[in-house]
Amino acid sequence: MKNKQIRIRKGLTINLKGKPSAVVENLGRSSHYAVKPTSFLGVNPRLYVQPGDKVKAGDKLFYSKYVPQVHVSSPVSGTVKEIVRGKRRVILRVVIEADAEDTYVEFTPKEATREDVLQTLLHSGLFAYIKQRPYDITANPADKPKAIYIPAYDTSPLAPDYNFGLTNERKAFEKGVEILGKLTDGKVYVTADGESSTMFDDIPGAETLKIYGPHPAGNVSVAIAHTLPISQGDRIWVVNPWDVVIMGRLFLTGRYDATKHVAFTGPLFKEPRYYKVKQGAYLKDAIGDLLKRKDHVRLVSGNPLTGTNITEDGFLDVFDNSITALSDEPKARFFGWLPFLGESRKTVYRLNADWWSNKERELDTALYGEERPFVMTEEIEEVMPLDIFPVQLLKACLTGNVDRMEQLGILEVAPEDFALVDYISSSKINAQNIIRNGLDIMMVEIG
Amino acid sequence: MKALHKFLKKYEHLFLEGGKYHKLHPAYQAFYTFLYTPEMVTEKGAHIRSSVDLKRIMITVVIALIPATIFGIWNVGHQHFVQLGQDPGFWGKFLFGARYVIPMIIVSYVVGLGIEFWFAIKRGHEVNEGYLVTGLLIPLIMPATIPLWILAVSVAFAVIFGKEVFGGTGMNIVNPALTARAFAFFSYPATMSGNTVWVPGAAQSDAISGETILGMLAQGKHAAWTWWDMFLGTIPGSVGETSVLMILIGLAILLFTKVGSWRIVLSGLLGGITMGLIFNAWGANTLMQFPWWQHLMVGGFAFGLTFMATDPVTAAQTNRGKWIYGFLIGLLAIMIRTLNPAYPEGVMLAILLMNVVAPTIDYFVVEANVKKRMKRVATLEKQ
Repeated sequence: MKNKQIRIRKGLTINLKGKPSAVVENLGRSSHYAVKPTSFLGVNPRLYVQPGDKVKAGDKLFYSKYVPQVHVSSPVSGTVKEIVRGKRRVILRVVIEADAEDTYVEFTPKEATREDVLQTLLHSGLFAYIKQRPYDITANPADKPKAIYIPAYDTSPLAPDYNFGLTNERKAFEKGVEILGKLTDGKVYVTADGESSTMFDDIPGAETLKIYGPHPAGNVSVAIAHTLPISQGDRIWVVNPWDVVIMGRLFLTGRYDATKHVAFTGPLFKEPRYYKVKQGAYLKDAIGDLLKRKDHVRLVSGNPLTGTNITEDGFLDVFDNSITALSDEPKARFFGWLPFLGESRKTVYRLNADWWSNKERELDTALYGEERPFVMTEEIEEVMPLDIFPVQLLKACLTGNVDRMEQLGILEVAPEDFALVDYISSSKINAQNIIRNGLDIMMVEIG
Repeated sequence: MKALHKFLKKYEHLFLEGGKYHKLHPAYQAFYTFLYTPEMVTEKGAHIRSSVDLKRIMITVVIALIPATIFGIWNVGHQHFVQLGQDPGFWGKFLFGARYVIPMIIVSYVVGLGIEFWFAIKRGHEVNEGYLVTGLLIPLIMPATIPLWILAVSVAFAVIFGKEVFGGTGMNIVNPALTARAFAFFSYPATMSGNTVWVPGAAQSDAISGETILGMLAQGKHAAWTWWDMFLGTIPGSVGETSVLMILIGLAILLFTKVGSWRIVLSGLLGGITMGLIFNAWGANTLMQFPWWQHLMVGGFAFGLTFMATDPVTAAQTNRGKWIYGFLIGLLAIMIRTLNPAYPEGVMLAILLMNVVAPTIDYFVVEANVKKRMKRVATLEKQ
């Protein structure tokens, strides 16, 4: 069968220094692991455990107040060390002090029917790794999705290459696709790089979408828009490739084995490459020796556009498959606004000395200006490949106009689709936050 | 430069919360960020950002205006001396023009920025860079002989009522520079139109005929200049609007850097050509017979289309909307100046009118997208 091709024109590929080379190393075991309930959007956590409790890999840590069947399990075995709370007692993370070696909860996976698969995923806590569109939140087991998408081609800057990382996990991945297929009457779609042949081109039970074009071509919203555009009431599920592998392992071995390859990327790593680690690992100490320097470093779990700042806590987010280290040194730049002078960063304008080149660049976290109201609106459309009006949608989100947001297509987007807007915006707008807030308002109002 | 930065940082605490001059912080911040791109790092959203901010964009527009400004200064002198039959040389003309134009630029910036700073301090906002462009645009679209107090009042009106009452740069409905011109034009018509305002000295000396081409055509006279004069800009008119050549240089900068919208410029040009051709075919009077391609070179057409129709805040904000917006500006500009000879100011009125209409254009463009989406929902619900 010929794979469907998806081609987009609008966008911007940001070429950064520090791409991971195709090498995998063992990082060894971290002393601590953490699960952050805040990563599971839409899950209002209620704890199963308290400090001092012993847990095995696969034991329940917390469940969702509104959908109690959905719970999140411990990726390792050990002792619950602390429950870190933030403002208004929000649970920030459940920290587990790891045993020297993992002991696992032994599940007996059943896969005969949809209900069997669903129950197995719910029991093991892996269901929580399924995300739902619209809203980009944790899926609800009561829903039956129209289709399931696995975004296996990431076009973000410094993104991990799943085609490399999953080569040795093909069996588990195929198993994962197979069981996911039972959860939907529709198709399981896997995205893959259009420019080269990949292991995702022929996965039994899945339809491959070959993706062409600049970032955000790899975003799952683009794939959905070209196959099954979302409307009110639709449910589409999205599962990260590594989580598909972990689900596959569960059905093959009965164990929740959260091991995956995490790309250590960015200009500050001496040797950017992949490391074998488990979900939620505490990486700050281990990373310290791998960096070129120790001061003024920002650690990001995920890629530099959509990732979360973990400089403080040092725990890899359970959903992320990469860690990025960026230079984080506040610098004043003399007449930094003069066109064609100073540092050159790829953008939609030709206002840099070498605007034509898309050579690898070493960007730091400089904001490069102050926040302003919307002025240059064309730049935003330049990086928006979806059939929506991004400026108008952002404004509707800012004013909290639910009807207008829906009319303008908020159900078709996720904050990550506006990451490039953050990047190119000359008004330094935080578009991802605006969209997240808009989605949260929608959820409360419509559900 | 380190020493300067140290010096600024040393006194920063005076302007921060609890400092002696806390209220003046926006002024300090504006000055500091003019010298230095601030030492801020990303806190929310994407961790990396491009190096383009509004300051860089606005400065690019100012750079694009420089050729027209310099030529305008020279041309003010040139018009004066040519009509007197004298030739004091390039510098003689330039210095004569500078005596008129430089004070205008100073007044525009001092009054405009003064008001902006005042609003910023009152509101505790940062000073926005929008006025960098507006402040130079205003003198360039005024006659060189305008009394400076009228200029000051127009600037004040434009900044306060054209912009700040709406919330500042990014929130305004109509182009502030054109607001200033429209205000002066309707409040002080004697200083803004007629045959004595365009060339300094025209009111005092009979030897000088300071009529613009559009003014002559409106009276049924034929243009006293060749198309080459119009292209080079050695004709009377507002300070910066005369030279198509210099405006083209500015346009090239705007389009090359992608700061200006090519959609608006191209569609505006098409609109102007369309209307020009229609009138040429009609040919009822001198204005209508004036060749369509020369229409594009006289008056404020080239200048307005390049620097004011492309103002991203007041233009249509959707790409399809920009085509309609630009086309109608071109069409209306030529229509107004031809059909109503009392208003050779067609371009100004056309842009102001379209500024007001732009949100409506956008509304219909966006609505088409919304309808498409709602239709999809409706068909799905039927299934």
